[in-house]
Amino acid sequence: MASPGGDRSGPDHLGREWWWDKIAQVLLFGGGISAIVFIIAIFVFIAQQGLGYALVDLDLATYFTSPEWRPTSEPEPVFGALALIVGTASVTGLAMLVSVPFSIGAAIFIGEFATGRTREILKVLVELLAAIPSVVWGFIGLMVMSPLLMDVFDVSVGVSVLNAGLILGLMAAPIMTTIAEDALKAVPDGFREAAEAMGATRWQVIRQVVLPSAKNGLVAAVLLGVGRGFGETMAVLMASGHSINMPTSPLDQVRALTATIAAELGETARGSDHYRVLFSIGILLFLVTFIINLLADMFVRGKKTAR
Amino acid sequence: MVEADEERTTSKLCVDGLTIRYGETVALKDISLEVRPNEIFGIIGPANSGKTSFLRAINRMDEMTEGMHVSGRIDLDGEDVRTWRNVYALRRRIGVVFPLPVGLPLSIFDNVALSPRLRGINDRAKLEEIVERCLRRAALWDEVADRLDSLGSLLSGGQQQRLTIARSLSQEPDLLLLDEFSIAVDPVTTMRIEDILKELREEMTIILVTNLVQQARRLADRTAFFLKGDLVEVGKTEDLFTRRVRDRRTTDYLEGRFG
Repeated sequence: MASPGGDRSGPDHLGREWWWDKIAQVLLFGGGISAIVFIIAIFVFIAQQGLGYALVDLDLATYFTSPEWRPTSEPEPVFGALALIVGTASVTGLAMLVSVPFSIGAAIFIGEFATGRTREILKVLVELLAAIPSVVWGFIGLMVMSPLLMDVFDVSVGVSVLNAGLILGLMAAPIMTTIAEDALKAVPDGFREAAEAMGATRWQVIRQVVLPSAKNGLVAAVLLGVGRGFGETMAVLMASGHSINMPTSPLDQVRALTATIAAELGETARGSDHYRVLFSIGILLFLVTFIINLLADMFVRGKKTAR
Repeated sequence: MVEADEERTTSKLCVDGLTIRYGETVALKDISLEVRPNEIFGIIGPANSGKTSFLRAINRMDEMTEGMHVSGRIDLDGEDVRTWRNVYALRRRIGVVFPLPVGLPLSIFDNVALSPRLRGINDRAKLEEIVERCLRRAALWDEVADRLDSLGSLLSGGQQQRLTIARSLSQEPDLLLLDEFSIAVDPVTTMRIEDILKELREEMTIILVTNLVQQARRLADRTAFFLKGDLVEVGKTEDLFTRRVRDRRTTDYLEGRFG
């Protein structure tokens, strides 16, 4: 005769459930903490390789103010990262100019206007867009966007800040759209209903009620998009022209911080100055993305505590 | 339904043959009734009787509810609400208070100023005057006068419900719809709001949906009893409670003999 409660043991007997519970706890704890462990390990590795050099041997004044990046010139290599920083900033900035209006607009359409099938299809498409590998985007920049820009602006080189910015904008838009749409969806329907009952038009509801209440989430979406653009390597490498240059127009070629690491690290001798200065670029990238993510997180949290 | 024992007056709201469906489900069956100017018209009945659907049909909120289908006539001041081409203008004339207080995530000031702003009033002094007047009439001014800039959604439940009422008043409505406003409000606040409603009756017509029978008795001049989509009874509130009613179901509900 089976007892209805299964394993009925005394107070000191640890049954199978107890062990399963313990094992599950340990496994989940391990999974949960691994993300933190990896982040710390990466930071320690990069810092160990580049931080000492960056703080002691590297001429930080030159690093941040000189556009001269001649890491292999003999006998005096010059490590001025300004042109690279400007390159990354200009490409990212342009990308945001392109993607922010588009993604917020797309999120508003998907979240507030589209219904039923349209909405589902659009969401799937946007998520699909986010899954396109960056090298494919770079390919489009090189093979499609570049000839197009050469035609339109009548220039001899089609890879440029503009090209990379557009490509990066297209890449960042799906992520920003998805997160922005989540932020809009988090606005309670009661708010919309109350405003509509007052005689607000659709646009007034969005403008006066939905956007203000989703503000923090939207800012977080934009920041994560910035982070995405900032850290992107392959597409920027392919579409920006990858030449060291202080850009004066959107049609100039630039080189990005990330692309520099990708292109040069394989050719340096391990432990050399060049090797270490590339790691210092890594530290810089790490810090900036860390700060951006932190800000985004603060905005998301701000949204929660505001209720 | 004809109310032969009542003297005929012009009606504020005249409902004729109103039927509301959600897909196959019928929420309200062929309702006809009238609401008179400057009265508090109570609607009582258990859950799922079509009370809320009735309110939603009046200001055409059904148009944003998928699958809600309304047929029949609802005349507001003799004009069929379905024929208003500008649904927003219609809704601006009708104030709505929902069961759960909806303090929009704006400042207290902006909550009340929202409706005037939607109408295009942007003059700060004028807005301040409207906000103060509406908050005073909703008996909330004294509690929030010194913190108009703080978030409306941070107020207590009872305060938020009065804020919602102030917001409705800022629409300068001539018809106010209340849907079980006291559901999330403490008894003391409920009594305060009831007093406010009695005063507001001088200026506007109020339709009060409530599942508190005694609230209808305290407030309503006339009361309708909805049951499972049927209008069982409509008449003077005192008649309902003094058992001068035609239908057994009404008596059962009023005395709590149900189920």
